[in-house]
Amino acid sequence: MTRFRARVSADGDSACWRTLARRALRAGIAPERLDWIEDGKDDDLFPVDAPWPEEDPARAPVLSRAALTLIETALCHSDPVRHDLAYRLVWRLQDEAGLLAVSTDADVARLRRMAQAVRRDSHKMTAFVRFREQPGCNGRRRFCAWFEPDHHILRRVAPFFANRFTDMDWLIATPRGSIAWDGETLDVRSGAFTRPELADDLDQLWRTYYGATFNPARVKIQAMKSEMPRKYWRNLPETNDIPALLAGADARVRRMAAQQAAPAPAFHHSLRKRLPRVPEDRD
Amino acid sequence: MKRSMSDRLSILADAAKYDASCASSGTDKRNARKAGGLGSAGGGGICHAYAPDGRCISLLKILLTNFCVYDCAYCINRSSSNVERARFSVEDVVWLTLEFYRRNYIEGLFLSSGIIRSSDYTMEQLVRVARELRLTHRFGGYIHLKTIPDASPGLIEEAGLYADRLSINVEMPTEQGLAQYAPQKEAAGIRQAMGDVRGLIDAGRDRSHGGRRPPRFAPGGQSTQMIVGADAASDRDVLTSATRLYNGYRLRRVYYSAFSPIPDASALLPVRPPPLVREHRLYQADWMVRFYGFAADEITAAIPDGMLSLDLDPKLAWALANRALFPLDLNTASREMLLRVPGLGPKAVQALLAARQHRTIRVEDLTRLNVSVRKVRPFVSARGWSPTKLADRHDLGTLFAPKPQQMSLL
Ligand code: SF4
Repeated sequence: MTRFRARVSADGDSACWRTLARRALRAGIAPERLDWIEDGKDDDLFPVDAPWPEEDPARAPVLSRAALTLIETALCHSDPVRHDLAYRLVWRLQDEAGLLAVSTDADVARLRRMAQAVRRDSHKMTAFVRFREQPGCNGRRRFCAWFEPDHHILRRVAPFFANRFTDMDWLIATPRGSIAWDGETLDVRSGAFTRPELADDLDQLWRTYYGATFNPARVKIQAMKSEMPRKYWRNLPETNDIPALLAGADARVRRMAAQQAAPAPAFHHSLRKRLPRVPEDRD
Repeated sequence: MKRSMSDRLSILADAAKYDASCASSGTDKRNARKAGGLGSAGGGGICHAYAPDGRCISLLKILLTNFCVYDCAYCINRSSSNVERARFSVEDVVWLTLEFYRRNYIEGLFLSSGIIRSSDYTMEQLVRVARELRLTHRFGGYIHLKTIPDASPGLIEEAGLYADRLSINVEMPTEQGLAQYAPQKEAAGIRQAMGDVRGLIDAGRDRSHGGRRPPRFAPGGQSTQMIVGADAASDRDVLTSATRLYNGYRLRRVYYSAFSPIPDASALLPVRPPPLVREHRLYQADWMVRFYGFAADEITAAIPDGMLSLDLDPKLAWALANRALFPLDLNTASREMLLRVPGLGPKAVQALLAARQHRTIRVEDLTRLNVSVRKVRPFVSARGWSPTKLADRHDLGTLFAPKPQQMSLL
């Protein structure tokens, strides 16, 4: 049985996948006979691609808005099987219109899990990017950030940053590409960056805040790590202080307890004389 | 000598951290690309960091000052406390908020204050910060302001124009508790303030006769906090009080804060803090009411002393107390009943209902919905699976006994 190939870009752009999936459906190519190959991941077992069968103009593939949204999200996943899985689903959807509602189906469950991972990665990016100020020009302030996403999410998250950090220039560099904003144009590019050394004086104040807002009487390291996994730490300045904060927690709590017997400050007594509603000494 | 910015931040963040709220979700959509300025809001809320206490850091949570003329026994900032005191200027807070925001450390500001001079003076300062941020700097991020007890209505009205959320803490689950520990605060005044804010929020949602919208008022709603474990109130008292607050003032959230050993604690308070698990159980019970369709009194109905079990999660405890209702058939049970199965959340229930229109559900299918089959299995039946009737099992106690846990340090 002849196998066919579909060549797609590797950066989570779904446009190419959509075009090819539509053509493959029209040509009636079953998922088992179609290999999806990412750019640059060629094997040369078969140096020549077999030509695709004629498309049947009578076939009109359908896909609901909800299905498309889910698939486009899942296609941002970095797992190379995503194109194949997505095609198998649209193929099956042509006959089983209600399939997406069946979250217990293996293909549906897997696609949903991929989409979920992409959404989580995107959310974590909006949370954990840290802008560091650079010398600006033309009176606009300029910032740079480095982030390491797991999936191809730059296009998804770019509007979030432009909608929020509108009045400053910034660049977010990642191993998968970059997002830049200059007040007018939102520029998303692929192509790897290497990790720059970035610093910002404000980081020290932020670390001060992080340490002060931590309550040493209720250490819950697991809860912290499940929401802020270790892999993000090296780009978060405040996490440098975690070992010291934990090491000092017991002592801080003991100090709190020891302070209990201290007498009230002078202004408390003068307040009591002035304010009639303040009750008398309780002891 | 004036303290450095770093020292002030350290003192005033430390003093603010006993307020549990950090929500930054559920307000109106704003977007600087459309509106100009800096900042956006209206999404699901973002936690920009987690502290080693496991709590989300979403907002810059600080006090304007921790000087206070009141003497609430549970509070680190009460006048008789010996903590270090500091004060921010309005400009300090505005600067910190904007600079932190630009670096994507935070979603916005949660500003509260000890009461200095008078309630109105203090409230005026808080309002000034919010006004500066919104009007002078066109800041579109999230702002949560604490309202000061007894502040005049005009100030509250202005606060609601700039703030996404307003809150005033009821502090104690019962009026007696409040009278005992916060002698200068009055329960009636706090309730009055919450009622006023609710009125203004409702009015801000209504179109007037001319069809024009009045200016939005605190679109993120109002919330409050109760300290748990300082007074004698039982969990039943706490939940009853919370229900009254949710219904009466349509609060977005009631926060429970396990009374923490605070520096310099008052001699009135219990020496030992309540276990943090208690706070956790209250939050779980709160969820059961808000998302699972339980009535508050159902949850504690079978408990003589009104205290939730520290060992079992309250949903499981309820199911065990009502074991005659189980097992439920995954393929036919109603949504309302499925929500009562320990281990099934609203999302899983929704997915089950959708899937079973097309397929017959087996118990193994639950793994695909990210549900723990081990937890759910005793309570459900499905094609190919029917558990021993729970009511017939004699080893119930051991079946759900929690794993032994490490003791807390304090
Ligand atoms: S009024 Fe507020 S800050 Fe002052 S002592 Fe009471 S709770 Fe603390």
